[in-house]
Amino acid sequence: MALFEARNIHKRFGARVVLEDISLSFEEGQVSGIMGPNGAGKTTCFHVLTGRHAPDRGEILLQGRSIVSLPPQRVARLGVARSFQIMNLFDDSTVLENIVLALPAFRARRRKLFSAAFADPGLLDAARGILDQVGLGGREWEPSVSLSYGDRRALEIGVALAAQPRVLFLDEPTSGLGTEATQNLAQLIKRLRQRYTIVIIEHDMRFLFQLADRISVIHWGQVIAEGTPEQLRANKWVQRSALGELA
Amino acid sequence: MPTLSDISPRSAAWVTPPMLVLGFVMLSAPLWLGAVGLYQYLGIEIAIWMIYALGFNLLFGYTGLHSFGHGAYLGVGGYAFGLFQHHVGSSLWGGLAAAILAAGLAGVLVGAAVSHRRGIYFALLTIAFGQVFWFSSIKLHWLTGGEDGLLNIPRPPLDLVFLEVPLGDNLSLYYFVVAVLALAILALWRMVNSPFGRILQAIRQNEMRAAFVGYEVWRFKLMAFVLSAMFAGLAGGLFAMAQESAYPDVMSLHQSGLIVMMVLVGGGLVSFWGPVLGVVLYFVARDVLGALTETWLLWYGLMFMAMVMFRPEGLAGVLHRLRRRPEPGATPRPAASEGA
Repeated sequence: MALFEARNIHKRFGARVVLEDISLSFEEGQVSGIMGPNGAGKTTCFHVLTGRHAPDRGEILLQGRSIVSLPPQRVARLGVARSFQIMNLFDDSTVLENIVLALPAFRARRRKLFSAAFADPGLLDAARGILDQVGLGGREWEPSVSLSYGDRRALEIGVALAAQPRVLFLDEPTSGLGTEATQNLAQLIKRLRQRYTIVIIEHDMRFLFQLADRISVIHWGQVIAEGTPEQLRANKWVQRSALGELA
Repeated sequence: MPTLSDISPRSAAWVTPPMLVLGFVMLSAPLWLGAVGLYQYLGIEIAIWMIYALGFNLLFGYTGLHSFGHGAYLGVGGYAFGLFQHHVGSSLWGGLAAAILAAGLAGVLVGAAVSHRRGIYFALLTIAFGQVFWFSSIKLHWLTGGEDGLLNIPRPPLDLVFLEVPLGDNLSLYYFVVAVLALAILALWRMVNSPFGRILQAIRQNEMRAAFVGYEVWRFKLMAFVLSAMFAGLAGGLFAMAQESAYPDVMSLHQSGLIVMMVLVGGGLVSFWGPVLGVVLYFVARDVLGALTETWLLWYGLMFMAMVMFRPEGLAGVLHRLRRRPEPGATPRPAASEGA
């Protein structure tokens, strides 16, 4: 059984059908990619899978348990973490606090009104451990707003990891990044792939093809091709479209 | 520009230097208030409004929820205190508990309706609910005395089991209110630096992100709303005692706007202490400028506009800037701690 599975997802906004009978499954321990041209429905698909939008029809299963139509905070607590295409951090807070706020151990203390927020050194150590993983070790006291674009992207991923997710969704992680930052990010994801199940939406094909175990191609709201990067390179659909040339 | 959520090494402490300064000023005030041309009752008003403003800033500054109808809870607290004295029995603790609970209940009712909203919709709803409370207090003549107000509210003595202190004169009432203020400050300081308080601040910064790391955002908003209503209710109870009456006026939109203005001018968006500065500035301006000219509110208003245009971080932000020396390079900060 796949760790995460979406079956026959439909989603429309008004008269516009954005997702039409999409089925996807992501295996534990793999890096799965979702690719497709702009406007293909990739991001809507992501929003539906992570609880931001409820689908009109269809089923979403995490370890066989239905999570369809749950609000984002419930989906998050069940182990689905995500980064955003647009940077989405706590900008008045330090790098460290961005991570701490996302730790389940901190969330467990959410009802404490009179104890010091960060008094528990265990929390800070856990947060520092995550910052080391994403390459931001030693920068915990910097305001997150002062980080470079690439570092903010790494922090985004750190915030997602802090939730100790079973599945990590990354929405266009390379968008806005230069070549070097993109390569750093690829290295980071290669390090993380041993420990996490990762799903990446991306239109940068080179990036996706070097990382993903399996890729699903979405176009016009449907899955038009699926397979390993090698299989996709051989796929007629993919070859014929502009997507294939890039890969 | 500093923010409320800046990490400061001393904020995990129970007592901080600004608390000591404020404590010294407040405790010594009766000695010099007269000498500078002010009077004891003004001290009571200022201390009460500090409680109100600090509690309001938990919602306004820390959680970023812009309520423009908070006078309602001050008023509810005042009426609850007075009605308790008239219909239940003369008791200081009973009256204050009634004030806090009644305002908290009103906060639950309104908070439940507004905590799923944000931005302009939230603000408009708080205004609408504020008007409902204000209008009700005028129309429910049998309960509130209408526009005449609820009169003859006694000042029950402070009952400390083994000791009873009369609060009839303004000096003893002043020291009682300052003691309550001290407790309110300690409670709020712990709150804004607690896990709960940091989550409120996270919600202010990015509501969507807060939801996606697993927080039930609306519950925290509701809780912030209720808590700040309870502080307003406490202040209202004390105010009814100080005035020995309760009037609809404090619930009006105009009065609800004043607290927003005080918090902004003082720098509530950048500092825990902003509301305190704003309250002092307002009341001193009212009495000092008010003695010079009938149009003092015009000058206060102009000052407010200048502040918003040129120093949106308020008095606290200006002080912060003055105090801060250019630092020779960033120094790594010591252990865990947070927001000043």
